[in-house]
Amino acid sequence: MAAMSLPLADVVPEMVLVVGTVITLLWALFAPRRLQSTTALVAVAVLAATGVATGLLIAHPPGATFFGTYAADSTALWAKLIIIVGTALTIGLSVEWFRTDQRHGELYTLLLFAALGSMLMAGATDLMELIIGVLMSSASAFALAGFHRRSAAAGEAALKFFLVGGLATSSLIYGTALLFGLAGTTVYGGFAAGLAGVDSSALAVGVALVVVGLMYKLGAVPVHTWVPDVAQGAPVPMAGFLTAVPKVGSLIAIARLAAALGDGQVGWRPLVAVLAAVTMTLGNLAAFWQHDVRRLLGWSAVSMSGYGLMGVVAVGRSDLAVPSILYFLLAYVVANLAAFGVVTELRGRSDIASYAGLARSRPLLATALVVAFLSFVGIPPLAGFFAKVQLFLATIDAGYTWLAVLAVVNTVASLFYYLRVLGPSYFEAPPPVPLPALGPYAGRITIASAAALLILGLAAQPLLDAFGRGGLLPR
Amino acid sequence: MLTAAIFVPLAGAIAVLLLRGLDARLLRIVATIIASLPLVIVIIAWLRFDTGQGGFQLVESARWIPSLGASYNVGLDGLSLPLAALTAVLFPLAIAYPTDDMGRLREYLGWFLFLESMSLGLFLALDLLLFYVFLDLSLVGMYFLIGQWGHGDARRSALKFFLYTLAGTLLVLLGIFGLYLKMTPRTFDMAEIIRAQPLAGNAFAGGLVFLAFIIGFGIKIPIVPFHTWLPPAHVDAPGPASTILAGVLLKMGTYAYIRIVLAMLPEAFQRYAVWVGVLAVVSIVYGALVSLGQTNLKRRIAYTSVNHMGYVVLGVAAAAAIGKGSLEARQLALTGATVEMVAHGLITGALFLLSGSVWNRGEEYDLEAYGGLTSRAPAMAGMTILFAFASLGLPGLAGFVAEFQVFVGTFDVFPWLAGIGLLGILITAALFLQTLQKLFFGELPQRWRAWPDLGPVEVAALVPLAALVVIIGVAPAWLLDVVNSASRSILAAAASAARSAVG
Repeated sequence: MAAMSLPLADVVPEMVLVVGTVITLLWALFAPRRLQSTTALVAVAVLAATGVATGLLIAHPPGATFFGTYAADSTALWAKLIIIVGTALTIGLSVEWFRTDQRHGELYTLLLFAALGSMLMAGATDLMELIIGVLMSSASAFALAGFHRRSAAAGEAALKFFLVGGLATSSLIYGTALLFGLAGTTVYGGFAAGLAGVDSSALAVGVALVVVGLMYKLGAVPVHTWVPDVAQGAPVPMAGFLTAVPKVGSLIAIARLAAALGDGQVGWRPLVAVLAAVTMTLGNLAAFWQHDVRRLLGWSAVSMSGYGLMGVVAVGRSDLAVPSILYFLLAYVVANLAAFGVVTELRGRSDIASYAGLARSRPLLATALVVAFLSFVGIPPLAGFFAKVQLFLATIDAGYTWLAVLAVVNTVASLFYYLRVLGPSYFEAPPPVPLPALGPYAGRITIASAAALLILGLAAQPLLDAFGRGGLLPR
Repeated sequence: MLTAAIFVPLAGAIAVLLLRGLDARLLRIVATIIASLPLVIVIIAWLRFDTGQGGFQLVESARWIPSLGASYNVGLDGLSLPLAALTAVLFPLAIAYPTDDMGRLREYLGWFLFLESMSLGLFLALDLLLFYVFLDLSLVGMYFLIGQWGHGDARRSALKFFLYTLAGTLLVLLGIFGLYLKMTPRTFDMAEIIRAQPLAGNAFAGGLVFLAFIIGFGIKIPIVPFHTWLPPAHVDAPGPASTILAGVLLKMGTYAYIRIVLAMLPEAFQRYAVWVGVLAVVSIVYGALVSLGQTNLKRRIAYTSVNHMGYVVLGVAAAAAIGKGSLEARQLALTGATVEMVAHGLITGALFLLSGSVWNRGEEYDLEAYGGLTSRAPAMAGMTILFAFASLGLPGLAGFVAEFQVFVGTFDVFPWLAGIGLLGILITAALFLQTLQKLFFGELPQRWRAWPDLGPVEVAALVPLAALVVIIGVAPAWLLDVVNSASRSILAAAASAARSAVG
């Protein structure tokens, strides 16, 4: 720390996003009502600029920066790009959905802040930094979930989200305090030396408290209860966003923490394996008999967190851990937004019965739904297939074959509830009254997302190659 | 060239879905022509096939996912060539065969063409991950065919089919990972894995992977007790889809028993061969007995599939029992098993087409409702009698050639199992004779007074199958030579791998 100048060049994407978000906010405040929708264009431009800034760094990632508290490594940069894609798709789905809301320009600002929070989580290599990311993501997320002020369901979802979030975030902060007391530092790079020989039960408690805080953002057991409520109650495009994009940051954060703790005195690996197993199984069982497609997708999002955690179980034991996590996140974010995009395009119709005959009334939209769901299941050659292949391989490679077997059982079980929606949409006659349609953009973005799932699967090689270059603890 | 055979039907499927304004007859003709193109390629491949050469021929490779060690590799040997040919024969006939398309002909034809691509790809794939892709996608195609164009409780049957067989394929995927993770460098290449024998000498891991494959593919075949998805799927599927399900999709399981389990895990297969043989005999006898107990025509044929696939598995198990019986006997059993796959595909495929014709005319599968149809439909009766006799193993027809070799080979290896298995043939004979009697002889019920005979398209679709069944029955040398070339090299490789592991 001889030269105290800040390495600002390493965080250009974040700075572009912050400045751009402020511009978006000012635009939303000063634009007249009829031009509120144009805020979406500003937000997309900001995301594009952030993406370009990220892309410029990706060939030669700076690595550890800001005195070891933050990672600008390949993993973080790719995570940023995934977050940007997810956020941009969400904005695309939102324009028509919020058309009647006169002040919806602010929504885009909140979305950008939530994206920034997820990015900070993905890059944090310091617990304090991580807390800032979690708080920034959560604070905007509560507002996004409850954006429909007059909807009781949205209010309830936002409140539950907030209460569980308060509990989980305080757990994260307590855990951080405890770990700081033990290690004398919150920077991951100092854990190996700082944690040597400390009281192992206090260490276990500290790690467990931090993990609980991160599981909340991931939507995994034991703090998953908000997910189905938010999926069902939040405005549909926001439900798609909130069940997917924060996962990018939090899953990588958990993986980084796991890498930092190493295979030393904390037995985090069995703990994460059990949480993965319980999360995927519980999410699937709860999704079984749901009649509401949004709630079904919410529980499916919980089970997906369980699959994602399989990648964390392999951290440090398999070369596939990092690429499997990144590819899984990309495949999941796109598939989730495609699935919620279908619900958006149908103006939020989410009773399973109302999907009957969709293949005849809206063939392309029904195809998008099939593609999204089959990608969740992991049918080749869709993106979800390669995600699962890598997660399974990484898990077996790490010596957790039982977890891979359980994931297989869960995959078969999940097919059942996905087919409960797909079956009627193909095999039944459409109702006499046609389903409502939101507008051309929501439908087109949904179909494009589904097509992307096929393309990502067919052209998996370059991505796997690129994701494979990343680590979790840059120097 | 083989790549074209795989992807022409897929391109055709997309074309058929996009073609609008063509009338139904013409559309079906176009689809049938597209579906026949792979047959042309397979015939050329057959002519260029060198039976003197072991290993894979006409190989085509391309980069796919090098960072995972997966590549696009296709090619064939004496095992895959007959099955690819069977696929290429059955699909155009199934597509041409008249059915009720429920006003969605384009999608109906599209799914069939899609399924043809996937089936050909599966038999020609030389990379395990590629193989898995085709295996999984064939389920998706069949799910939609049964669910949309089936009758009765079709949605439920389609769901059951998809869930059961997906469970099977995912077990297979875990098994594939077991092989893959033990390879250095890691690769999904079949030829490499067969050469390297990654699990040789590793009894525990080898046993686990073996179990995953035997159960996973066993669901697909299906062998008892994993067969419960099959009867409802067959009963509720439209006739031509049943033809493909029985004629092509079931073969994927037994093909993999040879291509993957026998070739890549000979040691484990040798150790447990007798137990696989027991499962096969249970399938044979149980399938035949349950079939005899059915009054539903299609359910009957479905259970005879369980019985016939039992013969195939018995032959494979006998071939795998390295060290028991003579090499010639085991080779005979393996050749018989492969020929049985082809024979069963042709015969049962035809029987399901015929049952589709019965449904189109009567919307009734209950045998008790029928009788005396010979007088109204002599062509239908003649065809059914021919295929039923072929199925029960009458000498001079394809089924006999196959079953004879399976049993002669197995007698030398597992005499007791072969003895019990013969019971199955007896029961099958009884049940087919009874079926024929109930359908075609006795008094014609009043309601079938106007029963139409087979139409020209139906006859045109059935005649090639009948011709093949007779040709293979009378002069099988052209088929046996090709199959033998594979049986020989597969068993030689398996024996040396198993021996070097023991020594």
